[in-house]
Amino acid sequence: MTDESNNQGIPEPEGASDIIKTDYDIGQDNIETRVGPFPVDIHNPVFAISALSVILFVIYALVAPTHAGNFFSGVDASAVEGCEAGAFCDIGLRAFLTSTFDWFFLMAANVFVLFCLLLVVTPMGSVRLGGADAKPDYGYLGWFAMLFAAGMGIGLMFFGVLEPAYYFGTPWGDEPLGVVRPFAEDGTLIEANVQEARRMALAATSYHWALHPWAIYAVVALSLALFSYNKGLPLSIRSAFYPILGDRVWGWWGHAIDTLAVFATLFGLATSLGLGAQQANAGLEFVYGIPNNITVQVILIIGITAIALVSVLRGLDGGVKVLSEINMVIAIVLLLFVLFAAGATAILGEFVSGIGAYFQEVIPLSNPFGREDDGYREGWTAFYWAWWISWSPFVGMFIARVSRGRTVREFIICVLIIPSLVCVFWMAVFGGAAINDMIANGADSAVKANVIDSYVPELSLFAMLDSLPFTAITSTIGIVLVIVFFVTSSDSGSLVIDTITAGGKVDAPVPQRVFWCTFEGLVAIALLIGGGLTSLQAMVISTGLPFTLVLLLMCYAIWKGLMAERRSH
Amino acid sequence: MFKRIMVPVDLAHAERLEKALGVAEDLAQHYGASVVYVGVAAATPSSVAHSPAEFAAKLTTFAEARAAQTGVTAEAHAMTSHDPSTDLDPTLLKAVGETGADLVVMASHIPNITDYVWPSNGGTIAGHAKVSVMVVRA
Repeated sequence: MTDESNNQGIPEPEGASDIIKTDYDIGQDNIETRVGPFPVDIHNPVFAISALSVILFVIYALVAPTHAGNFFSGVDASAVEGCEAGAFCDIGLRAFLTSTFDWFFLMAANVFVLFCLLLVVTPMGSVRLGGADAKPDYGYLGWFAMLFAAGMGIGLMFFGVLEPAYYFGTPWGDEPLGVVRPFAEDGTLIEANVQEARRMALAATSYHWALHPWAIYAVVALSLALFSYNKGLPLSIRSAFYPILGDRVWGWWGHAIDTLAVFATLFGLATSLGLGAQQANAGLEFVYGIPNNITVQVILIIGITAIALVSVLRGLDGGVKVLSEINMVIAIVLLLFVLFAAGATAILGEFVSGIGAYFQEVIPLSNPFGREDDGYREGWTAFYWAWWISWSPFVGMFIARVSRGRTVREFIICVLIIPSLVCVFWMAVFGGAAINDMIANGADSAVKANVIDSYVPELSLFAMLDSLPFTAITSTIGIVLVIVFFVTSSDSGSLVIDTITAGGKVDAPVPQRVFWCTFEGLVAIALLIGGGLTSLQAMVISTGLPFTLVLLLMCYAIWKGLMAERRSH
Repeated sequence: MFKRIMVPVDLAHAERLEKALGVAEDLAQHYGASVVYVGVAAATPSSVAHSPAEFAAKLTTFAEARAAQTGVTAEAHAMTSHDPSTDLDPTLLKAVGETGADLVVMASHIPNITDYVWPSNGGTIAGHAKVSVMVVRA
């Protein structure tokens, strides 16, 4: 029966679209069997290679933590014979890449932004993902909530206070564009410099959270959505390379690309899960005096994984979507509270001038040549770009999964412009409140104590909330938000990994998702106990460099793919 | 007794459904009922089809082939789901209403230990559908 119906040729999809003819049948390399009582449907060999290489790397990080740490994160040059300051052995792989290739990261990100804006204004923007007559799968609210929760929710919690406060008060010579310092050596405020330092702090933060990161996600998501929904290729990273590699993507080239994507996703999630547990624990200690130790952190990871498992079992609509919407509501409540508690009029003014400052400074900030602010450009911007890019296979694939039925123009406006505005607003509110606290309270400011005087980044959010009323309630909300954002990341990450390791099938048996979700938690716990979280995170960020090339190729593939589609309506 | 019999089919594994299909078609002939084959697919390309429209077309072809083979009146009803691994049961229950079926005949595996954690689709449909459900063991 199956054979008979499969021989009917390929009928038209929903409305006009340009299906790519290939001999590859989705799932043809899959192994469908039972392991004990569990049904499995996995891609051979992507599943096995991914799982095994993850285990090998965890063993490497656990058995030789010093070696891994030195290689990825660097050591102190003075402690090693024959190692010069600034050499690879001193700064490690991550800093080596961001300081050597900073110009490449900056230029590539500029290309992605311009490419996306170009798609909005050209007729290409009217191509609909899923064929000319496709209907959107999700309403705006649910769609938007999921974009945010997967894309950067957790980062907004961690950096919303830290980054603006850091740029405002940094005494370490990494001021953005070499802007003036508002604090003198003895810590007193220099009134004349405050205005300019505050303006630049918000512009420099917005630069890292607005158009550029979202353009990176948009390029990956758009290429996956286009090649899957319009061209009929499996929903997997390799499909985006079909215009470049042709049928070779179904062989070892494709296996390597997919395995690398699984690897970056799983380690990105596991290390963030571990670091997030440390952050939530720091918050719990700050607010409730709960001891800050490994035991509490392991319990937090088990808790987060357990909630993520429930969400995974409930699926896309009943799990991730519901959690994302809940999270969006809590985040808005916290945002509004900080807005009004810190003075709405002043902060709204900050938002307006923040947008102005962003547009004024975005070109100097994104220009990679002839600058002297190495600390900012290499240490922050290039690091961020490598980080966003190494996360883009995961976030891009998830965005693609929920964006069917949108036109390219609608897709880019909603993935690029609206999140950018929200991020600038978030930074203006949280950063504005933090800077106000540093100006008003000087040496007594908790923000200044935790960001500038001693650098305790995981406490920066709680320090800012401490300067506002109802600290106990708002800090608790902050901790809950951190945890739920991790649940949504863990959950959507498991969906993505499961789809890739099932050869692009989205209907693989549920126990496989449970396996990946649990595996993530176990890797995080192993690394937390054995050490090596930060060095593995550095390793993940190092995958940003090859992926940047990959993304540039994707832009070409998208352009070629869109040319063949019908532009309409 | 019955006018319209709904049969959920998985086009990727149609060969495993032969027993349930046979039972449904025999019942249809006995009661003079029509058969409606229901398929559920995600919007993403799958091993069966590249798009929802292609999936619907293949399901129609399947229904026509069964009708020609057995002589029953048959039609196809394709459903789209965001996440078929977890949404299959609610989607099938919705299909019961949409097709106006008064009997569901569906294949199911022999129960095993995992059914305590993941109940079988046949069991869940039988537990929640407002119409009669006949579960045919593989």
